[in-house]
Amino acid sequence: MRLHTTGVASGFQEAIIARVVTEPVPAELRKHTVLVAASAAITYDTDGYAAIVFQERVDTLANSVPLVHSIKHIDHLKSGHIVVLEPLNGVVRTLFRPETLHNILFATERCNSNCLMCSQPPIDKDDIEGLTKRNLKLIDLIPSSAEYLCITGGEPTLLGSNLLAILEKLGKKLPSTHVHILTNGRRFAWPEFTASFAAISHPDLTLGIPLYADYAPLHDYIVQAKDGFDQTVLGLHQLARHGVAIEIRVVLHALTAPRLERLAEYISRNLTFVEHVAFMGMEHIGYAPRNLKELWIDPVDYQDALERSIATLSRFGIESRIYNLQLCVLKKSLWKYSKQAISDWKNEYKDVCNCCAVRNRCGGFFQWSTSVQSRGIHAIAAL
Amino acid sequence: MSRSFEPRNSFMGSHGQYQLLPFRFHRLDKQTELLVNECGEYLFAPTGTVETITRRKLTVEEELYATLKAKHFIYDEYSSPLLDILASKYRTKYEFVYGSTKLHIFVVTLRCDHSCHYCQVSRQTVNKGEFDMSPEVATAAVDMMLDSPAKYITLELQGGEPLLALDVIKNVVSIAKPKAQQREKELEIVITSNLAFLSDDVLEYCKTERIKLSTSLDGPEFIHNANRPRPGNDSYRLAIEGIKRARRALGSNRVAALMTTTQLSLQHPIEIIDEYVRQSFHTIFLRPISPYGFAVKSSHKTGYEMDAFLQFYKTGLNHIIELNRKGYNLVEIYTSILLQKILTPAGTGYVDLQSPSGAGLNVLVYNYDGGVYATDESRMLAEMHDETFRLGNVLTDSRSQIFTNAPFVGLLEGACNQSLAGCSDCAFQPYCGSDPVYHHATQGDVFGHRATSGFCRRNMVVLEHLFSLLRNGDPDTLDILWGWATDRNLAEVRAGLPQ
Repeated sequence: MRLHTTGVASGFQEAIIARVVTEPVPAELRKHTVLVAASAAITYDTDGYAAIVFQERVDTLANSVPLVHSIKHIDHLKSGHIVVLEPLNGVVRTLFRPETLHNILFATERCNSNCLMCSQPPIDKDDIEGLTKRNLKLIDLIPSSAEYLCITGGEPTLLGSNLLAILEKLGKKLPSTHVHILTNGRRFAWPEFTASFAAISHPDLTLGIPLYADYAPLHDYIVQAKDGFDQTVLGLHQLARHGVAIEIRVVLHALTAPRLERLAEYISRNLTFVEHVAFMGMEHIGYAPRNLKELWIDPVDYQDALERSIATLSRFGIESRIYNLQLCVLKKSLWKYSKQAISDWKNEYKDVCNCCAVRNRCGGFFQWSTSVQSRGIHAIAAL
Repeated sequence: MSRSFEPRNSFMGSHGQYQLLPFRFHRLDKQTELLVNECGEYLFAPTGTVETITRRKLTVEEELYATLKAKHFIYDEYSSPLLDILASKYRTKYEFVYGSTKLHIFVVTLRCDHSCHYCQVSRQTVNKGEFDMSPEVATAAVDMMLDSPAKYITLELQGGEPLLALDVIKNVVSIAKPKAQQREKELEIVITSNLAFLSDDVLEYCKTERIKLSTSLDGPEFIHNANRPRPGNDSYRLAIEGIKRARRALGSNRVAALMTTTQLSLQHPIEIIDEYVRQSFHTIFLRPISPYGFAVKSSHKTGYEMDAFLQFYKTGLNHIIELNRKGYNLVEIYTSILLQKILTPAGTGYVDLQSPSGAGLNVLVYNYDGGVYATDESRMLAEMHDETFRLGNVLTDSRSQIFTNAPFVGLLEGACNQSLAGCSDCAFQPYCGSDPVYHHATQGDVFGHRATSGFCRRNMVVLEHLFSLLRNGDPDTLDILWGWATDRNLAEVRAGLPQ
């Protein structure tokens, strides 16, 4: 699925965020709208649009409306999508699609951790001001019917007061949109930050926070941050004190599998307030391929540990979910916890899936999870 | 992507130097030690583990090292011991202390139609005035009850047989309800009755006032009637009819039953439990013989009786687990209280098994004559001419005086098992309690002597038994026990499990 294309930009210096239309609209609806068309041959009335995107080459527009022309792809840009047009490189990036539940607000490329299996390795660049501005504008344009938004990065809490501004705006503009923030939770160890975060009282918010071990040195090694465990656990308790809803996320790999049951016990005794625990198959992108020798374990080989861990949590009354693992590698007893969670734009099925009886119930694969494959992958015959 | 990764040993740091956090241990059998920390988190380990730990012979590479650190048994310089978290777990475990006095027992009359062997308190007289609570006492007792800082208050009306003094009940309720509302307290009212005088008018009254009923059911007819004599020898029939009518009028969940164990009962655990099933109860409380009312100063005799009870308990518990396995939901209350303490981080205040003990702190008894007692047992002692735990009188003392008078201060000295010899270093301390009233009655002082204490014997054996079930029990048993700890039935527990 395409979320990105490039063309030639002219007539603007600052990034433009606008809603796509593929047919002309009346003048009063054009202010935050970008008209996308294949051909400039039809003489459009282009006055008043935020920008114009043409697939054909057009050197300038008489009315000096911002323009991106000669873009490589146009078919993926649908009416109602929200895009950003970059002035320097002519990039047209899709930021929001109303037809999917997988929309994100990308907070920053920066991170204070450096997880061995990170799927989106951090980049140290000063992008916070720019991205915050973009996200605030984006929130203005997102329809209030949007069900779900995920704030991710990088580490969103590095935004500090900018994150609070985004959250506050979400609560006001999109009160019925569920917001899920993916954060390592470390910043919440500071009571003042947590208090001001909680004071926003967003009506429908969950934080997804990873915990990889019950034992600090192991968690810290995985996230490559001394004090990471202590800060995250303290942060979880601070958040709980303020009544913020929390999902614990556990990425399954060769370093987390051996102590998985102990981690489940730890959560049951120390973090009973969590909404649920999500066990997640590892994405083979970003850092993971680089560290694969240390991280790889065939999911088939941790099924028993996963089953016992989920049983431990369940006996305490804590619900579990499984993301990113195909039904054919999961023990049958664990199917009921499996959720189809891979974002549509990076989701695919293999040839072997074509004759599988449970393909429709299965989360499938990440596009890129191909370098090593579980020996458990197979088509399941009719049930 | 210029970042690099630090090797694993960058995140160790401690070189095996570690410190101990408070914990205790118990040898369960030749191969197994049970380690329990201050917050009640436990770990089974091979014999010799505690010695290895305390001699600082544990190495940082061992899995056990990580587990002990994660479970707050040891800490090292690598990372914070997270004492804040430990403190909040400890606080949660002892939340019941903040709850203050929630249970208030009003003895509205001593008059009773029964002459039960285990009760030395009731009077057969029908002379009304002499043993009934006067309006003056009722008003003062209600005021003292509502002076408790607790927001949720249970008012339990008992006797004697309280329904023989319905006018006193109505008086207490009519005073308590408006005053409770005025002071923003949530009031739950229970009448503890043998149900022999459960008229339709009484039922109508309970329905209107949203009063719950609690009664005695000692087992099948031959046990119940032997334990609970009354003229006509029909206690069982009256109780069963009363339970049925009360359920119809008030709803099943508003009628509870308790059993008292006697020498006769000890021979018949299965029959007693089956009677509870026959009467469609879903909870049962296997309670030991109360030492009050017997000649109990001989510790030898108490110990002997306790062993007979423990056999009764184990046989009974096993039968109850089987019933659950076959699909009938029945919870043994004492076991469920202990399991909550063992298996969950929640705090469980149960006045007869907590530290500090619930006597006075979480329960007060107001006698018909205005005497205030720490527990119902304290009141029975007073009837046997031992007024040690008579804390004061509602007509002459305020709540603050009650709690600073010599009797209560004396009781408090034996109320914390954290500081009792034999308890303070016991692995079961976080799960157990103290019972200064029991120890005074059976051993002559509020501290007691653990080696010969029936209270200690009972809880040691019960806890050892439960830990052995947790360690060796089959999956069904574990699911049943987990359900009791988390207030779910077997089907509900199974629904969440992988299957």
